[in-house]
Amino acid sequence: MSAADRKPAAKAAGMVLAVAPDATPSGAAWAETLPNPVRPAFDRPSTEDGVIVNIGPSHPATHGTLQIIAELNGERVVRTDVHCGYLHRGFEKECEAHTWHNLMPFVDRLNYCSGLLNEFAYCDAVETLMDIELTPRTRVLRTLLGEYSRIADHMTCIAASVMEMGAMTAFLYLMTIRDYIYEHLADLTGARVTYTYSRIGGLANDLPKGWIQRLEEILDEYEVYIGRIHGLLDRNRIFIDRTRNVGVLTPEEAVHWGFTGPILRSTGVPRDLRKDTPYLAYADLDFDVPVGIKGDNYDRYFVRMREMDESVHMIRQLIDLLPEGPLNVDDRRCSFPKKELVYSEIESLINHFKLVIDGPQVPAGEVYRAHEAANGELGFFLVSDGTGTPYKVHVRAPSFVHMGGLHRMLDGYQLADIISSFGTVNMIGGECDR
Amino acid sequence: MPTTTMPLERLEPLRERLTAAGYDAQPAHGLLAVTLPRAALLETAALLKTEFGFDLFLDVTAIDWPERDPRFDVVHHFYSTRDHVRVRLKTAVTLADPTVASLVSLYGSAGFMERECHDMYGIVFEGNPDLRPILLYEGFEGHPLRKDYVKEHEQPLVRYRT
Repeated sequence: MSAADRKPAAKAAGMVLAVAPDATPSGAAWAETLPNPVRPAFDRPSTEDGVIVNIGPSHPATHGTLQIIAELNGERVVRTDVHCGYLHRGFEKECEAHTWHNLMPFVDRLNYCSGLLNEFAYCDAVETLMDIELTPRTRVLRTLLGEYSRIADHMTCIAASVMEMGAMTAFLYLMTIRDYIYEHLADLTGARVTYTYSRIGGLANDLPKGWIQRLEEILDEYEVYIGRIHGLLDRNRIFIDRTRNVGVLTPEEAVHWGFTGPILRSTGVPRDLRKDTPYLAYADLDFDVPVGIKGDNYDRYFVRMREMDESVHMIRQLIDLLPEGPLNVDDRRCSFPKKELVYSEIESLINHFKLVIDGPQVPAGEVYRAHEAANGELGFFLVSDGTGTPYKVHVRAPSFVHMGGLHRMLDGYQLADIISSFGTVNMIGGECDR
Repeated sequence: MPTTTMPLERLEPLRERLTAAGYDAQPAHGLLAVTLPRAALLETAALLKTEFGFDLFLDVTAIDWPERDPRFDVVHHFYSTRDHVRVRLKTAVTLADPTVASLVSLYGSAGFMERECHDMYGIVFEGNPDLRPILLYEGFEGHPLRKDYVKEHEQPLVRYRT
């Protein structure tokens, strides 16, 4: 690169607010004409002593690629403009080119802290269209694994957000347990984070020997470690100063801006799909829906802590409920035939071939199914035209909707509070940007 | 789905009201699916919010049917935190005039979701003051979730990597 080219490159690296009209994809004009991918909602401060600061998209304290353009007055945040989309990878477009089965690895990568919850929600939507009723063992096992994933997800969120406030010990304690869970799930599924474990109408394989025993050990360890977290944080003056009365949402405001999940519950609205419209085995379980009182960062921390306790309580009930029996439904439209039959009889061979090449034939129609994922309502809106490939897959991702209301939690607080408030939202780029 | 208990009978008053207004309202997979003309969208959404307690705006997206005229279906989903039920509103718009009313005056959360739908399908939400790109970037050409946008299409602003 010549010296003449380098000068405009420096300009392009800064904040170029307008879109260059003559952007061309060739030659040395590139560095000069490459526009800023984002057009901020405001480019000058509203008062004389205000200043506009760009935070992100790649910032060490935002554990996700999110850009916040903030107007500051001193240390106080006057207004913010939140931009997401830096992790957009065309999930919904790509889904339209694969069979219903083949989407399983993709949905794992939506909320990559609790991949199993995404898989179960997606499978539930497809099974609703196909009118499939799950076997009792799969129904209970999915509930159990879903709650187990929820613990891992909440731990990630709490660990990351308290670490950003300096609580390194709490972070390491939580990560220890989370890693036990990930390794334990790897025993079952073969992967720590991206499992590809669920199947339409069932699950990939049954529990390995000794898995439940190890699960009970981990739950006992969980109680020891969570006790330490409570001791470190609950009444810690520094932690309370950073979180109490920061990022406050009222119940009406939270509903208006579409918040769901732990954030909505932290404001005192007891909305939980597991309780309100029970799916899987939740109707058979005894559990509470913890809610907060103020809707601030402290409540979001505490609601997640209590939800993990409820999940452990549910898992212990589910271990007792878990029936014996087959995992996959006996339905040739979606379940693969046994391998020995594929090699020995022609009908099974053709069945296997058709399922792999054409995919499961899902009846034409539209369906919206939502599960209570770790972050809130995770909905799948599927349109089928009766073939083995989806016509449309749309994900109602909780993180994306939360980003639309994030400014309500940031405006009016201190600059440093952006980090703690953003941490308690648990924005996951994978599902937010799809 | 047999494993779900969605209290569908709570939707019956709404179904009667919308059927009386001349719209097609049928239960479908655990929610009430309503098909209505474009002009009735905003007033129906307001009716849902004020009289039937649908306080949570869930989702807006579109479906592209290239062989059909009108070509797009704009799909809205609502949830009632009081009755625990869902409603889907479906409105057809043409390619020549892909405009529907925006719901930002009723629901704050509609802002971001309408921006995404505008990105992906080019649906114009009249009354939404902020339809800047959100998942895409400034200068992105076309609407990627339309069926005539090929998956391998390259964007002019992305430098060709050799």
